[in-house]
Parts: sequence; C-alpha cells; structure tokens
Amino acid sequence: MTDAEIRALILELIGEIAPEADLALARDQDDLREVFDLDSMDFANLVVAIHDRLGVNIPEAHYNQLFTLECAIAYLHDALTQPKQNDG
Amino acid sequence: MPALGADMEAGTLVEWLVKPGDRVKSGDVVAVVETQKGAIEVEIFLEGVVSNILVPVGARVPVGTVLAQIDGAPGAAPPLPLEPAAAALKPAPQILAQAPPMPAITAPSSRLKITPAARRRATALSLDPTMIVKGTGVEGSIRLADVETYASGAKLAQRPAKKGLDLSQMRQAIAAAMSRSKREIPHYYLTETVDLNAALTWIERFNAEKTPVERILPAVLFLKAAALALREQPQLNGAYENGAFIPSSSIHVGWAISLRGGGLIAPAIRDADKKSLAELMGAMRDLVERARRGNLRSSELTSPTVTVTSVGDRGAESVTGIIYPPQVAIIGFGRVVTRPWVVDGRIETRPLVTVSLAADHRVTDGHIGGLYLAAVGRLLQEPDKL
Repeated sequence: MTDAEIRALILELIGEIAPEADLALARDQDDLREVFDLDSMDFANLVVAIHDRLGVNIPEAHYNQLFTLECAIAYLHDALTQPKQNDG
Repeated sequence: MPALGADMEAGTLVEWLVKPGDRVKSGDVVAVVETQKGAIEVEIFLEGVVSNILVPVGARVPVGTVLAQIDGAPGAAPPLPLEPAAAALKPAPQILAQAPPMPAITAPSSRLKITPAARRRATALSLDPTMIVKGTGVEGSIRLADVETYASGAKLAQRPAKKGLDLSQMRQAIAAAMSRSKREIPHYYLTETVDLNAALTWIERFNAEKTPVERILPAVLFLKAAALALREQPQLNGAYENGAFIPSSSIHVGWAISLRGGGLIAPAIRDADKKSLAELMGAMRDLVERARRGNLRSSELTSPTVTVTSVGDRGAESVTGIIYPPQVAIIGFGRVVTRPWVVDGRIETRPLVTVSLAADHRVTDGHIGGLYLAAVGRLLQEPDKL
C-alpha cells in the first residue's frame, strides 16, 4: 500500500466518522482532531476503523502518533511492512 | 405528539412508518417527528393494530396531540380533536408516554458503509442513505452512483425525507430550556478535584489486552462512578414537578453529546448503574453516532433522570452545568490535567479531574451534594469495582 493510498484511506475513514468534515482542509502537518473537530470517541472509532480495514492493531500508547496525517501515514506504513508486530 | 424535553411545545410529523391495519408492538418505531432538536423517531409501547392516522405528514401539532389510534391496546387514549390550545395542555397519550425499552446497542462494525462523496451527496439531497438497501461498492458499500440512482427513482418520492438539523432552532431550544432552568431552579454548585492515577492506570492495563473495538474511554469510568454514587444520594436522581420532588427508582443518565457545528443533546443511557463498563462504552458509542446522524428515539430524550457531561481531552478544565428541567442535578467532568498533588505528604505529579455538581436547592443542599461528590471520587479510586 502506497503512502498516497494510506492517506486516502485515512481521509475516507474520517469522512465516515465525521460526514460533515471538509476533507479538502486536510494538510499533512495539522492536528486531525483540531481540523475535523474529532473528539475522543471519534478518535477511538478511527482506530477501530483502521483495525477493521487494515488489520493494524494500534496500541493506545501509540494514539499520539496518529494525530497528524504525516505521522499517521508513516506509522501505518511501518505497521503494514511489519505486520507480525502490529497485527492483533 | 410526545414531549421530548422541557422546552418542546410542538412538533412536525414528517413521516409515518405505519399505516391503518398494521400491527404494532412495544418498541416499534411508528413515526418520525421534527423538533427543534432534529428528527426524532417516535416509538410505541403498546401492542395493537393501527386503526386511524389522525395527524397527516407535514402537520405541526402541539405536544399532547394524539397522532394515531391503536385498537386492541389496553389503556390506549381515545382520539382527541385537533384543538391546539386545549391539546397542548393535555398530557402525552399513554401510547407514547409509557416506560420505554432499552435502546439497542450496536458495535461500530455495523456502521453504514458509504463513501464520503456519497454521504455528502445524500446530505445535499436530504436523503437518508440507510434507505439504500445495498450499494454497488466494495462489500456492498454505497457509492456516489448509488445515491444518484436512488435519488432519481420512485422510492424517494414515496418516502418524504427527514429535514436536516436546524442549528438556529436548536440554539433557541437550548436557550429556552436553560432560561427556564435558571429562572425556576435555585441552583447551587460544588466542585471536587479527583486524583485519577488509579483509574487511568487501570484503564491502560485494561485496554492493553483488548482489540480497539473493545477498549474503553475514561469517560466510561466517569459515567459509571456518577451513576453508582447516585445510589448513595438518591435525592439527586429524579424530577421536580408540580411543587414536589419525585425520586426515580432507576438511574437513567442523560449523556451530553455535542453536535458538530454546534448544539447539544443528552439522550438517556438507561440503568447506567447496572451496566458493565463494556456495555456503557457500547451505549455511548451508539448514542453519539445516532445523535449526530439524527436517529435518536423519543424514549431516549424523555427518560433521563439526571445528566452527566464530560468535556473530553479537548475541553475546559472544569464545567459548571445548568440543570435540565425537570431533573434536579447535572454532573460535569472537566479535562484531565496533570498537576502537582500531595500524596502521603509528598508532592507528586498526578492526573486530576475536576468533578462538578449543579443541583436543585429545592431538593437538596450542599451537604448532600458534597457527600455525592466524595462518593464519585471514592469510586474512581477503585476502578476494578466499577
């Protein structure tokens, strides 16, 4: 999965969780929670959705590595290339 | 027309989901009404056969107006003439006011699969995408083309779409309810700072062993502690009506949910004190999703016996609530902050939360309120017992 595909998937999932979100506002360095007004339940649902779609089980201690698109893409890129460490 | 809150005076019937001759049973959703809080699904709590639809689609009628007649329903109210002034003073018909069933809890895996573009198009068309039975995308997901196809078909014309949430109307509804509250209820306010070290450590261990969908948020512990503490101080749980406090034997927590773009709604999590933490997380997840989608049920807005609000990790450090009539208390949890805290005579850094209580002085005083907040704090020190 390319970084562009990961980016598109993250935005697609955010679009499902927060349908009102204007996904065009997404810039890679911005805090997703601020840009899309995601609360803690939304963020938990994003982690669930990533697990459902990619099989990546993100530990709670790593949530802060998903706060920006740039970090989330890098995290998922690594996780997908090392599936045994993250698959859960 | 059920009263879906202290501030509601009338509602518009936007859709009938039954017709004369249909058999209905307790828990069935029979109609959709538009209120200042958005579209609400109206449930029925008796069994029988719909014999007469009394209010047509599009009609705006006062609270208390009989919407339909059910034959074979013991105790069902007889049809009333549509006289707005008189009807507004009558209590809601029995078929709409009885104790409602527990709302269904759904996991996020049952979430509607729809692309963002399709969802936006559906919103623009005032189309409920759940009406599209099956999409043509991956795993049956709904694509933009499915929405366009459906919108151009005959089905859309047959079923009137729900009106979108009018935030200005909701703001008016909130203002009306809160003005009434501040005018009629002599509030008193208390706060307590609670050390969350034990609670957050416990959650960290609990969640580490779970898959994402099984994990819980700190707000779940707040909710359970607030509900259990009400068992110790039942004078904070119930309604003040007709000059007297009516305690509730059940603890149905109105969980405050902020809506995107503004607005607030507090549907009930029934019997919150009896639910497991996993069940509470499921109930919260379900309510948040449906509240923001506009799919709450009438019973969820009429049954709270107390309100709890948690501002989450992006909120303020403390929140001082305004009681939602006819309830007599609202409990607030601020943002968790890390601060110096004295533990066994030494200063340590600890995660802290400010818990607040706004309560009705006609029913309790600060002594009861203080005992309640102390109980919440004590319960949060033993999260494994929640």
